[in-house]
Amino acid sequence: MSVPSPQPHDSAHKHVTGRAVFIDDMVAPAGLLHVYFGISAQAHARIRRLDLAPVRAADGVVLVVAAEDIPGVNDISPTHRHDEPVFAEGLVEYHGQPLFAVAAETRDQARRAALLAGVEYDPLTPVLTVAEAVENGVMVTEPLTLARGDAAAALEASPKRIKGRMIVGGQDHFYLEGQIALALPGEDGAVTVISSTQHPTEVQHMVAATLGLKSSAVTVEVRRMGGAFGGKETQGNLFAVAAALVASLTGRAAKARPDRDDDMIITGKRHDFQIDYDVGFDEDGIIQAVDMTYAARCGWSADLSGPVTDRALFHADNCYYFPHVHLVSAPLKTNSVSNTAFRGFGGPQGMLGAERLIEEIAFALGRDPLEIRKANLYGDAGRDVTPYHQTVEDNLAPEIIAALEVQCDYAARREEIRRHNAQSKVLKRGLALTPVKFGISFTATAFNQAGALIHIYRDGSIHLNHGGTEMGQGLYIKVAQVVAEEFKLPLDAVEITATTTAKVPNTSATAASSGSDLNGMAAQAAARTLKDRLVAFAAEQWQEAPGEIEFLAPGRVRVGARDMAFAELIDAAYMGRVSLSSTGFYKTPKIHWDRASGRGRPFYYFAYGAACSEVTVDTLTGEYRVVRVDILHDVGASLNTAIDIGQIEGGFVQGMGWLTTEELIWDDAGHFLSHAPSTYKIPACGDRPREFNVAILENARNREDTIYGSKAVGEPPLMLAMSVLHALSDAVASVADHKICPRLDTPATPERVLMAIDKLKA
Amino acid sequence: MSAIRFLLGSEPRVLADIDPCMTLLDYLRLEEGLTGTKEGCNEGDCGACTVVRARLCDGALRYEAINSCILLIGALHGCQIITVEHLAGSDGALHPVQQALVDFHGSQCGFCTPGFVMSIYAASRQGCAANIDDTLAGNLCRCTGYAPIVRAAERVLSNPPEGPDVAALEILQSYAHDETVSLGGFHAPATLDDLATLIEAHPDAVILAGATDVGLWVTKQMRRLATVIYVGRVAELARIHQGPDGMEIGAGVSYGDAMAAIAAPYPDFAEIIRRIGSVQIRNLGTIGGNVANGSPIGDALPCLIAAGATLHLRRGPGQHESARRSLAVEDFFIDYGKQDLAPGEFVESITLPYPEDGAWFRAYKVSKRFDQDISAVLGAFNLVHENGVIARARIAFGGMAAIPKRATAVEAALIGAPWSEATVARAMAAMSEDFAPIDDLRASAAYRLRVAKNLLMRLYIETTEPAQETRLVGA
Repeated sequence: MSVPSPQPHDSAHKHVTGRAVFIDDMVAPAGLLHVYFGISAQAHARIRRLDLAPVRAADGVVLVVAAEDIPGVNDISPTHRHDEPVFAEGLVEYHGQPLFAVAAETRDQARRAALLAGVEYDPLTPVLTVAEAVENGVMVTEPLTLARGDAAAALEASPKRIKGRMIVGGQDHFYLEGQIALALPGEDGAVTVISSTQHPTEVQHMVAATLGLKSSAVTVEVRRMGGAFGGKETQGNLFAVAAALVASLTGRAAKARPDRDDDMIITGKRHDFQIDYDVGFDEDGIIQAVDMTYAARCGWSADLSGPVTDRALFHADNCYYFPHVHLVSAPLKTNSVSNTAFRGFGGPQGMLGAERLIEEIAFALGRDPLEIRKANLYGDAGRDVTPYHQTVEDNLAPEIIAALEVQCDYAARREEIRRHNAQSKVLKRGLALTPVKFGISFTATAFNQAGALIHIYRDGSIHLNHGGTEMGQGLYIKVAQVVAEEFKLPLDAVEITATTTAKVPNTSATAASSGSDLNGMAAQAAARTLKDRLVAFAAEQWQEAPGEIEFLAPGRVRVGARDMAFAELIDAAYMGRVSLSSTGFYKTPKIHWDRASGRGRPFYYFAYGAACSEVTVDTLTGEYRVVRVDILHDVGASLNTAIDIGQIEGGFVQGMGWLTTEELIWDDAGHFLSHAPSTYKIPACGDRPREFNVAILENARNREDTIYGSKAVGEPPLMLAMSVLHALSDAVASVADHKICPRLDTPATPERVLMAIDKLKA
Repeated sequence: MSAIRFLLGSEPRVLADIDPCMTLLDYLRLEEGLTGTKEGCNEGDCGACTVVRARLCDGALRYEAINSCILLIGALHGCQIITVEHLAGSDGALHPVQQALVDFHGSQCGFCTPGFVMSIYAASRQGCAANIDDTLAGNLCRCTGYAPIVRAAERVLSNPPEGPDVAALEILQSYAHDETVSLGGFHAPATLDDLATLIEAHPDAVILAGATDVGLWVTKQMRRLATVIYVGRVAELARIHQGPDGMEIGAGVSYGDAMAAIAAPYPDFAEIIRRIGSVQIRNLGTIGGNVANGSPIGDALPCLIAAGATLHLRRGPGQHESARRSLAVEDFFIDYGKQDLAPGEFVESITLPYPEDGAWFRAYKVSKRFDQDISAVLGAFNLVHENGVIARARIAFGGMAAIPKRATAVEAALIGAPWSEATVARAMAAMSEDFAPIDDLRASAAYRLRVAKNLLMRLYIETTEPAQETRLVGA
């Protein structure tokens, strides 16, 4: 049985032997050119002079291209706002913005030549921080308001009320394989681009638009990415376009791969936010009304900041019912990298706001935050409508929290920690249990569609293709499992093939956790079309009722009393002139969203989970360790528990990094400083929780009709790491006997933790 | 001799012409087409480029994980390099390390995987009962959260190591000789005298040990190195001699070897070394290099200063005393990037005195991340306590000034004073006289000063209330 089944990743053997081919590992085509960007040294300036002669004169240089060399439009804005030039035209708006690209015979030559341009700037004042951006008031896209009830009046009427501000830091993706694209020129101006991208169709559109080609002349392919996490949803466009431009202008293959530092300087990151909150509640800690403003540092262009900040608002409730609510986003323009998609897509920042409210209420009332959480969960009719007017129909949060609270022995450990902290002078422990509710679907309803293509060859082998991309998350194996299961074939009968715009067109980004939901259903549709044809053929051929034809594992078919190998049936079908190729298509049902009114059902369903984290904090230095983590997470009826647990463990640790040690640092002039792993610290092996218990919620088949009843798992587990932040906060609060809310901002680096401790002690 | 000989897997390689700036990673990927080894960061911080270097050591092969992205190709003479391509059997059967990673779902995107394979392989070949967090501290994974990789490593490392590779051992023995290898501006002498002669003859040459810093000059600053003198073949420099006054550590002793030798007399110093870089970095980098390049954030330096270590410098060949001079480690550092080192002179060894009986030697590193991170603050304390009074104190900090520096005002506040909370409070206040640290991307000045003071408090609590837990790491 292929579904459910804990199959290893489709490329596991190739990964461990070094034979998995990433783009930079491909055998170089003869005459390959290497492309490198020359970038802005200033965050905001007019370019007075750009002298590229020294670049052209450098060793090995074949071509230098700048804005005026682009045959089509100099824009790669993914939301078509025309605000994102490939190469700056007279104005630079962030440190690291590409000014030109140079192509040379070797990568070393291209990299050296890129430094030789004579650039003179007339500096302009940069807008760098969220505070400056609020002052400046320029937004990159339209803000969103979500409202229900009368928040202002209800706040006034609330027995208790707290206002505050939370600063939430951004995050670099730190995919291990950096951005890369390889472009191969074809006939009649056509070009093929092999791109490390989550969104081949968008790369196709960007290459076509910048080169002035029809989309049909551009083919984009990707077999695998070495990690992406949202960082290759739009950020690969630039590199693909530069490589394609050089290939097109020179007729030679061209590869663009930045050094790690340049990658981190040039590309966008998770949005940092400033959340201003105002919450009203009663003596029991029940929330009466909420007003929050989510101001985001979007960077110099819109990119995906509109949907990212929208998703922040969609998750500002997390699992909690707000009787009266008013939420506003502020997608602010700044002179920094254009912030972009990153696992959770604004949702994590949104939820942090909700969890801060809970914490404030708990401290104000002297209660355990878990009690306040439980008291405010969505409930039955009357307490089941979100700020965007979608009814929560599948609420698993109460069940998950209750089960986890028992599994992790919360109450006893709370007592034990209290005793420990009373006698321990330096090391203080903290505990927190936080839930997650994450909305599944692209909020841009049109993106919730997918296509697949299946060919069956005469020997019974199957060629599978679909619009989803593989970035390590195990999408390819899950979709292959679906197809093998449909035909009752062994998994190795299904050939997994690289995603390409030439086979399945008009795809959506592999994003929003949607990969297996959408592509699994599309592949199932293609398989069922073929099965229907095969059943009709067999019924006719052997004069049996269609109901007498059955696909049986492993790779057998029963036709009435006959038993035959799948390949036999296929060969007979070929001889009977049956089409053995089919596309499949899927669009998510039930969803709709009206942004202007802030009403609809943007999400098909929700994925839930909860985590309990325990930390130990050194109150002399602010350093800490995550001692133990217990997770209970909802993946519906899992297609593949091995892959799903991998997503949960990995997502958690990535989220923990975001909230703890990963700190993006700019200097006062807007230069990005933490642009390498020496200065940007993602979790290392020793940072993983000392004890890490991960469980999947049992008997949790999705109540909506999804692929075999499964649920999306890519993004939701990242937000389980909020429990680490709140456990840190709990440990910090212990130094003032839990009387004061520490208001710990993120990332909660040892420095921030120590400063919070000192503030509480003062 | 003008050729570099090494084994690539089991195949001999002879290079008669090299670009001294070529890294091992570029050689593997661009020259040999061995693309299993990946470039993740190009600065020795992510571990995707990890390969295993085997070299002769006391008549046997010693297997070490190293970062190929910053190792310069000339340093390979006499070594065997094993990459991920060399592990699977000729029949395609996976090596146990590879099989374990498949079985435990240890790869997701797969880009970091070859590096993890090689780090675990090195630990398994070496057969040491290694701490897995430490074994893997130099390999970053962004997908898995490490849990499945650790499970795989636990299985592999619970099995006995493979038997010796006699064929490789014999070939490497045949490559061993005492002549200087010189080609393309790259010089690798094998004796101390030859090294001294070369350095004197080429005072502008870059002296290369582990390349954990110089490698980045090449990969990040894109500096071209005209003349490179590699010290890694000089056996005399790699020795540790237990003398009557202390331990004499050759400038070419790797961090890893130094850590083992220092652990008994100075457990805290050894723990600081354990937190320098990663296994890969500690296999390449040297204590001598940490001193000689004069970085204000070299973690060994405050420890050496607090311990009262002496630096031995040498110039030119021969045994006569005029070729050598000695000075206290703290006197070597003059200002940011400026050391007391004459042209043609080099660091030969360091004498680390044994701790005084009853001395409290404590060293604490504070950084954003525990493993493989550069210190925000590093404090090393060496206090001698007699009859309830601090008799002698040597305290040095890294990360607090442009050079590693002693906290003389703090020392003065302690010496002659009773070891009490009041004394510690006065000494903590004196920290502001010693240091005016700066804000940078690792920490703010305020945090640095606060932590520096608190580290003294930690020492106080550890010595007066030993039952109190004070450490999250290195306890």
